[in-house]
Amino acid sequence: MLIAVTDLCVQLGQRQVLRNITTQVERGDIITVIGPNGSGKSTLLKSLIGAVPVSSGQITKQANIKIGYVPQILHFDEALPITVERFMRLNRRFDRNDIREALTQAGVSHLSHQQLMSLSGGQFQRVLLARALLGQPDLLLLDEATQGLDHKGAMRFYRQIDFVRRELNCAIIMVSHDLNVVMRRTDHVICLNGEICCQGKPESVSKAPEYHALFGLDEDSDAALYIHKEHQHSNRTRFHTNNLSLKDPFHA
Amino acid sequence: MLENIFGDFMLRAGLAGIGLALAAAPLGCFVVWRRMAYFGDATAHAAVLGVALSLTFGTPIFAGVLVVSLFVAMLVTLLSGKGFAMDTLLGVMAHASLAIGLVAVSFLSGVRIDLMAYLFGDILSVGIGDLLVIWGGAALVISVLIARWHRLLVSTISPDLAYADGFSPKREEFILTMALAIVVAVAIKVVGVLLIAAMLIIPAATARPLSRTPEAMAIIASTLAITSNIVGLKASYLVDSPTGPTIVCTAAALFILSTVAWKCFKYIQKTAPTQ
Repeated sequence: MLIAVTDLCVQLGQRQVLRNITTQVERGDIITVIGPNGSGKSTLLKSLIGAVPVSSGQITKQANIKIGYVPQILHFDEALPITVERFMRLNRRFDRNDIREALTQAGVSHLSHQQLMSLSGGQFQRVLLARALLGQPDLLLLDEATQGLDHKGAMRFYRQIDFVRRELNCAIIMVSHDLNVVMRRTDHVICLNGEICCQGKPESVSKAPEYHALFGLDEDSDAALYIHKEHQHSNRTRFHTNNLSLKDPFHA
Repeated sequence: MLENIFGDFMLRAGLAGIGLALAAAPLGCFVVWRRMAYFGDATAHAAVLGVALSLTFGTPIFAGVLVVSLFVAMLVTLLSGKGFAMDTLLGVMAHASLAIGLVAVSFLSGVRIDLMAYLFGDILSVGIGDLLVIWGGAALVISVLIARWHRLLVSTISPDLAYADGFSPKREEFILTMALAIVVAVAIKVVGVLLIAAMLIIPAATARPLSRTPEAMAIIASTLAITSNIVGLKASYLVDSPTGPTIVCTAAALFILSTVAWKCFKYIQKTAPTQ
């Protein structure tokens, strides 16, 4: 077991972002976290790398676990000149071969002498992936890594991820809005809305009423929301208007 | 005999300027990268309050300035995460601390201080003791920057990547803040409050279009800062102008040159293939 999360709660300011999260990650797993905006998906990943304080509960990591992290959006400032190659060498001392290998695994070996800010969105995401792959991580965390990519780009990115997992035999936890991909390429789905609404294999999650309620996938959406309110807290209504699922599956 | 003395104070002024340039320029790169140009202003303006406090309590100016700069820098760092926009916060702190300092100075009875000297600096009056303070501070700041360079860079690019790499970006931010306060404290006598921020930012901004990597930018910025100091010192002697401002004018001239040259280069590069 790589990571075990037990009753994790996270409070940011006045807001309780995560409540009673319990799950665990085995080597080779691909776990996808889905949920509406503000449901704590990014916070969950950040709590795993220690970027947000845990207010209660426990995160137990395997000793000497190596975690690679690809952030959601990196606001890269034009004021800082840096080449891809230099970016890869930041902080950790890896030799040129390691860097070339990681860039190749991420499919961007041809970009190493370019300025980071001259890259397209897709190229930049792959460079971030390459950096996360340095040092052969046991666990790879991807926070909406395909954001800003078109459908084709996203599909290529997911294939790359699949390839990487087979190559490194690592576990992957990713946040995604791409429900189609989630259901096809994932071993385990966590449906998140502050707390875990449901989790399990994609087939079982896609049948769960909580999942349908959260994403408003039923034809009779009023009924779905009613179920949801029964199960959850009625004050959380933001996904009525901000229903991400409507966009992704139908475009895919 | 006269020539000897002249050589001496010009040499001291030059050495003071170079020491400051070596520390301020790379630090200024971080200030530019982190978009906290006003941070230098806020800490530098607070230094006036530090001067007033030092005179009141009879402590060395350097100590008073260091303490107050550190305090303001830490206050800004602390508050920036608490729902204040960084630029607003820095704007308020910069002007408020200068004003409080000026008011505090006015209450000092029996002490006449030459505020102009602290506002604009007096690089020509630098003594051996000042030189030691400046070079000591500069050496400290530079060694901290070199030792933590990678961590500082990662924290600047993305705090989350820093966490993922296993260290706290907050600590790095705090260290940068400390370094900034130290530079302000040692530089107040050389270029003065109003011009410290300029020495932090202008060389870094000038170096930006000329650099491909962060290290190159830091080295080019240092070179430019040293050049501005030497040229500005010489120019101020030749035309008898105030030295601190002349140094900053030189730095600004270099900035304009670099920007114009860069735009021309870009333009030529863009139009070349079509011909």
